[in-house]
Amino acid sequence: MRRPSTGRLAADAALLLTAAAFALPLLWLLLASVDPSADSRVRAPSSLTADHFTAVLTDEITFTPLLNSLLLCGGATLVSTLCATLAAYPLSRHRSPWGRAYLLTILFTTSLPITAIMVPVYGLFVQVNLIDTMYGTALFLAATQLPFSIWLMKNFMDSVPIALEEAARTDGASGPQTLLRVVLPLMGPGLTVVTVYTFIQLWGNFFVPFMLLLTPEQLPASVTVFTFFGNHGTVVYGQLAAFSMLYSTPALLLYLLIARRLGNGFALGGAVKG
Amino acid sequence: MSARTRRSRRWAPIAPATALLLLFLAGPIGYCVWIAFTDARLTGASGAGFVGLDNFRRAFADDGFRNAVALTLVFTFVSAVIGQNTLGLALAGLMRAASRPVRAVTGALVIAAWVVPEIVAAFLLYTFFRREGTLNAVLDQLGLPAQNWLYTLPILAVSFANVWRGTAFSMLIYSAALAGVDRDVAEAAKVDGAGPVRRLWHITLPMIRRSIGTNLMLNTLSTLSVFGLIWAMTRGGPGGRSETLPVFMYDQAFLKSLIGYGTAVALLLLLVGALFSVVYLRLLRAEV
Repeated sequence: MRRPSTGRLAADAALLLTAAAFALPLLWLLLASVDPSADSRVRAPSSLTADHFTAVLTDEITFTPLLNSLLLCGGATLVSTLCATLAAYPLSRHRSPWGRAYLLTILFTTSLPITAIMVPVYGLFVQVNLIDTMYGTALFLAATQLPFSIWLMKNFMDSVPIALEEAARTDGASGPQTLLRVVLPLMGPGLTVVTVYTFIQLWGNFFVPFMLLLTPEQLPASVTVFTFFGNHGTVVYGQLAAFSMLYSTPALLLYLLIARRLGNGFALGGAVKG
Repeated sequence: MSARTRRSRRWAPIAPATALLLLFLAGPIGYCVWIAFTDARLTGASGAGFVGLDNFRRAFADDGFRNAVALTLVFTFVSAVIGQNTLGLALAGLMRAASRPVRAVTGALVIAAWVVPEIVAAFLLYTFFRREGTLNAVLDQLGLPAQNWLYTLPILAVSFANVWRGTAFSMLIYSAALAGVDRDVAEAAKVDGAGPVRRLWHITLPMIRRSIGTNLMLNTLSTLSVFGLIWAMTRGGPGGRSETLPVFMYDQAFLKSLIGYGTAVALLLLLVGALFSVVYLRLLRAEV
């Protein structure tokens, strides 16, 4: 084996130092969730306990909020991905100046700060009685992810060769049939990436449900963790850590599912190419 | 079938997405423009009257607003332009020189910080920066003076929190960009006697300049709209010293019930965002 060069050692040392800085807050999460006397410092627990988990595994703290998150984000992901798939098809298959203008508008919208429109959205939702409704909030969440989903989906669709479709059409298949039977099966991985990515983004979204939902029984985990732990005078750190683990795990696991494709030059839908 | 019906059939699938975007994004933006010129309050828009540019005049004369603009600039510059961007580039570069296990561990940790939900990240960083938190424990060990970070330098604490949370994105973009850089050119320069700094400055950076531009834009845009992270860590405090524009906007519109004024601030934020977005589009133009 070759001796490692000084360059490699220096790079390793620098990376490990950075990795340690990134690891500390995460390490606290792991350790505090099982430490019977957890506070806000990272330290090795003197004994292990599952008490924090049993304490938070109740309907009020964990199950209802996670179920709400699932309904809210699942519904929004479904609507968003469905609309994006439909819209991406003509955008990918037919070139026209109109389609190009549409795509540019979509791309422009992907980077608008959604935070800024939350005040008027709240106002509008009050006026049209959508405030504090799960479906209204889910539709809005779907709309916030839609521009990026369309853009990603269109890029994935572009990579499906058009020749197969032309063959299907010659055999008499209609537009919707070709999309459903020929194009979508070929872009399974792309569809997975868009769906999972949208879901992860929505799962972590705090501001939108924080503004648009009011009834405590309807709130998703992102908001309840804040109201439950953020508003109490004394924070039970162990329970906060335990709940945070439960709430973060789905996002981390789903990420693993698409990690390879994301790292693989995904760089925001091929938008960035050096 | 006439060409016209064929064309409308062809483009029909675009309708649901367009409807959703018009109703839930374009609608509120239009409404935002209207409300920003009224004195609407939380009690309902029925009593809102047109006040012209009053909200904007008021904003520019408001110390709270100017404070928020200044803090937003600091937050964006420190955490997006310097922090996420430079650290992301450094990590991507170092990873090319590092050994495989170190690369894998670092990558996984940086990305985990990115995937963790925003509000969890906020709590983690809150415990990290607290007076009784991990950072002070580490400083103690090193014999350095401890600080009440969330009180003395709240804007720096939330900036670092944003770096912790957002660097993975830059790292991924730069990893992809550096993988596309032709090694031969750098090798040739090395043979010609160019040192590492000159190779970085004169060869690598110019070759990935488009990625740098895009990454800076996207970092800036996402940092401009950070709300949950700051809200959960400091609520903009103490005494407004970490109150960036989104927090200020929320505070005015909901806690002080000045919807019209809060919306005017939102419109300004939206305009800045739109401006950056246009620059971003120009950078990408060749790709569409």
